[in-house]
Amino acid sequence: MIQKIMPNVAEALRDIADSSTILISGFGGAGLPVFLLDALLEQGAKDLTLASNNAGNQGVGIAKLVAAGRVRKMICSFPRQPESGAFDDLYRQGKIELELVPQGTLAERIRAGGAGIGGFFTPTGFGTDLAKGKECREIDGINYVFEKAIKADYALIKADKGDRWGNLVYHGTGRNFGPIMATAARCTIAQVNQVVELGELDPENVVTPGIFVKRVVLVEGKA
Amino acid sequence: MINLANLNKRTTADIAKRIVQDIPDGAHVNLGIGQPMTISNYLPPDREILLHSENGLLGMGPLAQGDEIDEEIVNAGKQPVTMLPGASIFHHADSFAMIRGGHIDICVLGAFQVSVKGDIANWRTGDPSAIPAVGGAMDLALGAKKLFVMMEHLTKSGKSKLVSECTYPLTALAAVDCIYTDLATIAVTKNGLEAIDWIEGLSFADLCEISGVPMIERKK
Repeated sequence: MIQKIMPNVAEALRDIADSSTILISGFGGAGLPVFLLDALLEQGAKDLTLASNNAGNQGVGIAKLVAAGRVRKMICSFPRQPESGAFDDLYRQGKIELELVPQGTLAERIRAGGAGIGGFFTPTGFGTDLAKGKECREIDGINYVFEKAIKADYALIKADKGDRWGNLVYHGTGRNFGPIMATAARCTIAQVNQVVELGELDPENVVTPGIFVKRVVLVEGKA
Repeated sequence: MINLANLNKRTTADIAKRIVQDIPDGAHVNLGIGQPMTISNYLPPDREILLHSENGLLGMGPLAQGDEIDEEIVNAGKQPVTMLPGASIFHHADSFAMIRGGHIDICVLGAFQVSVKGDIANWRTGDPSAIPAVGGAMDLALGAKKLFVMMEHLTKSGKSKLVSECTYPLTALAAVDCIYTDLATIAVTKNGLEAIDWIEGLSFADLCEISGVPMIERKK
């Protein structure tokens, strides 16, 4: 029997080791797995490399991990956020590494990682500071920059509903990075607002098939 | 040089309305964060214009009010928005496939500088104390079929934002199609910048002088 539903968030994150690379869904607060991030703070793993669109804001989620000094490196497109204070200070002191990636390139690097593609050529960033040191190639008259795939040890994502096989559906634009991050990690952990029985999710509308998800944990309350 | 203080410059609303004239019925449009987002207030009801938000929404409606607010349904500026009947939601890789794949008809972005070749600089000024952040600007600038820039013509210190070469870090090369400012509308063509219209009281010669770059006048 397949049982991916975990009893609680602590159990869901139990084996995350120091120096792990972790993908974190969310665009600002939408789709941010706040319960999993709070549990990760409790859990204690450090020297983490986090890939997410933002570097935390308003003192919640990623911002708490950054402030607690648990993050060695951020891979993101837009670290600057309202009250992203902890990140800004550590970055200026050289205590946190930043790999700045255009948003679409970040998405595609994750998609490629999940799809078994080693890298790809994108026109985005050609001729800019973000292409410095990267291989460039002209294909059919257009200039492209080579970007490597991103793969991770874990993905922490937020979905709306999940079942015990790990099938997921999302809510609104909270979907953002969830479906692609789920594919690109060795172990994807989803916090959901509702656990449903097998068959309750219409197969036509399942957004993330369970094969991409290892653990599902029900969380309660608004976050 | 002519004293601009005596002239009626276009307001942000005027610029937005001028841009709307160039957005056809049926267009799929992405509006950048900041001034470009205000264009959504002036879209005419007799044209169906679908707004794309790069965080994963097509068919975006107005900002959500009161009971409509759902923190999980937001625009690229992370403000709660509504969805029109017929809207669709998709993940980030699909959203940027729409952008990079040339499916978005028009994108409107702000800019610090635009060069005579259509290079755009809009993501950082090079201030070493600023935290670098790029978001979707680089993808949007070169992915959309047409890139419109909405900006003030001059910096606060009175320097032209139209330049022969961008001095700020580039967002994309040869990407801009048309520039809408508080003084003029200027197309980027293979022959260089071409002034389409400009405010009353300003002559074409004045516009060239203020802009500080070579420009031709579009034949009416």
